[in-house]
Amino acid sequence: MATHPSVIGTQNKKGQTYTDPWKLMYEAQRTPSFFTGSEVIKEAVRRASCDVMIAYPITPQSEAAALIGELFAEGYIGDYFRGESEFAVMSQCAGAAFGGARVFTTTAGPGTMRAMENFPMWAGSRLPIQMIVTCRGINSPLSIQPDTLEIAYLLNTGMLVWHAETAQDFFDWILKGYMVSEEPDVHLPLALCCDGFFVTHTKDVVNLTPADMCLPPYDPYRSPVPCMDMECPPVRMMRDPFVMKSNYISYATHASWQQEIWAAIERSRKHSIHWLNGLIDTENVDAEVLIVASGTAVSQGREAIRLLEEEGVRCGLVKVKTLRPWPEDEIREATKNAKHIFVPEFNVTGWLAKEIRATVPNPHRVHAGPHVCGGMTMPPEIIVSEIKTTLGMKSFSLAGRGS
Amino acid sequence: MSKERIQISEDLYDIMPSDYQDLVKSATYGKEDRGWKDIGSSKELIEQHSLCAGCPESMAFRYILASLPNPEDTVMVGSTGCTSLVFPMVAVHNIHSLFGNQNAIASGLKRALSVRFPGRVKDVVVLAGDGATVDIGLDMTLQAWFRQEKFTTICFDNELYANTGGQESGLMQKGFVAKMAPVGKLFDKVRLPEIARESGCHYVVNCTVSKPSLVEKVIRNAVHVAREIGPTYLQLYTPCILEIGKNSMEGLQEMRDSEKPTERFAYKEYVSEPAKQLLAELAAKDKERKAAAKQLASQASA
Repeated sequence: MATHPSVIGTQNKKGQTYTDPWKLMYEAQRTPSFFTGSEVIKEAVRRASCDVMIAYPITPQSEAAALIGELFAEGYIGDYFRGESEFAVMSQCAGAAFGGARVFTTTAGPGTMRAMENFPMWAGSRLPIQMIVTCRGINSPLSIQPDTLEIAYLLNTGMLVWHAETAQDFFDWILKGYMVSEEPDVHLPLALCCDGFFVTHTKDVVNLTPADMCLPPYDPYRSPVPCMDMECPPVRMMRDPFVMKSNYISYATHASWQQEIWAAIERSRKHSIHWLNGLIDTENVDAEVLIVASGTAVSQGREAIRLLEEEGVRCGLVKVKTLRPWPEDEIREATKNAKHIFVPEFNVTGWLAKEIRATVPNPHRVHAGPHVCGGMTMPPEIIVSEIKTTLGMKSFSLAGRGS
Repeated sequence: MSKERIQISEDLYDIMPSDYQDLVKSATYGKEDRGWKDIGSSKELIEQHSLCAGCPESMAFRYILASLPNPEDTVMVGSTGCTSLVFPMVAVHNIHSLFGNQNAIASGLKRALSVRFPGRVKDVVVLAGDGATVDIGLDMTLQAWFRQEKFTTICFDNELYANTGGQESGLMQKGFVAKMAPVGKLFDKVRLPEIARESGCHYVVNCTVSKPSLVEKVIRNAVHVAREIGPTYLQLYTPCILEIGKNSMEGLQEMRDSEKPTERFAYKEYVSEPAKQLLAELAAKDKERKAAAKQLASQASA
């Protein structure tokens, strides 16, 4: 899985040992540490052998982006600078990745939207950039609060999209993410999303791998497309540029290229299953009532399940880890016994519920909710209330409903 | 890249495209003294292209590619527009990604190459049209200069959006009637060469591509200064003969008319003090090298 095997066991200039990634993630000793999500991002990047990180301030990812600057000052990253906007930053990331660097960046909310034109270009250019998305509101009036609506816009860019629940997910998936997205048969960018503030600004116990062990460096010559460094022969790429041609060969070329991107997402499935131990996690999926969720909605769902158990309602849980690749078979299998599938989400449109409705047989089983958005929290009680109301059980009165 | 990298296995030689065989046999990668005079006697780094007949941009491309001091270690960055029709036929690595982000791409690229190849020369050259450089990409053009990114920015100024059919651009002359300027453009041609100087460029030239020797000189200077000191900017007039109502054979004359002393493309140059010093050193070395070669030649013939 790793790059050139001879690198393993040697040291980088900071004295970190390039370690077999599987050993690093699954065998190396872990140390429990009490960190904010932003600090966890920094600690993961410290171990990721990144060549270039490009930063831009936007809440709630600014702290993480600045902390990685400290890593650069300490010599853990090849280069680091602040770009002028998210659009520019994502283009700068592309330039660095075209040049054969392992690239890391972070963004959030309106920044994700501003940079959007870059993402299909990243995928189409087969650049395995990793972008942390600490989701926040993108609506007007201006909001900086937690809201996951921006993920919906990322789902059709051709990027891999993963949704972390906890800081521990974040730490592990940053490192594992490079292993998946840099595979020659994948070689796609990864949007590693989390719910801003809930994950970035809260402290949690995270089990860290040793700081003196790191991932092997990225090998750009394993890319399925040439690295733009003039170290391999330049040839003219095509007789006619396809952009201007209105003919079948041109259309077929563009079509097959797009199909190849989506085929690469499909091929990432086996690597993602290998590294993440499956695309979903499940608990008690033989229950008739299920909660299917991603991100911190999973944590709230887990708490709601505990409350429901106290009242004698048995409820199972499906944690969706990867949104692209989409765990279609896994979700069908996990929900086959469910009579009711609840999808709690931190956004107004319920994009996850729509994906699940399009996946499972008898989609009337899918209850799109509860939804909170605009920065509202999701107390487990409202999940409990939604479930009980649907099941015809008496539910407590929610504040503000005047009943 | 050394020239050995482009060699073809003997067993596969006959099935390689003839233009690649030509690149191996007679391209000027690694030639110390390469320049526009190699055109005609060596394989050019540009193949057939799909620009209009007589397009001055095609001349500019040929002169520039003949003049790059170090094509075997140069990566070019383009943008959307007529130039993006040519780049697929250019035998140096080149990147097209989006419209207007060329200086951002080049910033990331140059830094990645510096991280990956410390101590080695890897030149980055941006080549984009005036819409990409001055309108949609102005922010990234300027910010790369503010940051003192070490690459060359070349703007092919045809004073309009040619590829989309002749719309008004920021570098269009005031009063010119064009698509999207139905009563004539209402504001002056943006003074990017002056802005480039104020933004931190160390070598700025505004000229036409009517003279290949001049193009060769400014390209070499711009690449050397960018490599050693900081950002450089060339604004080259490559008129869109189609959109200004000229015929195929009139491009050269259009450039000659526009470079007269009172015209907007009269040769203008700005060189910072450190760049002056560097160029003087390079000129002295060049002179020394030529004298030594001459001496060697006369000894050999004696």
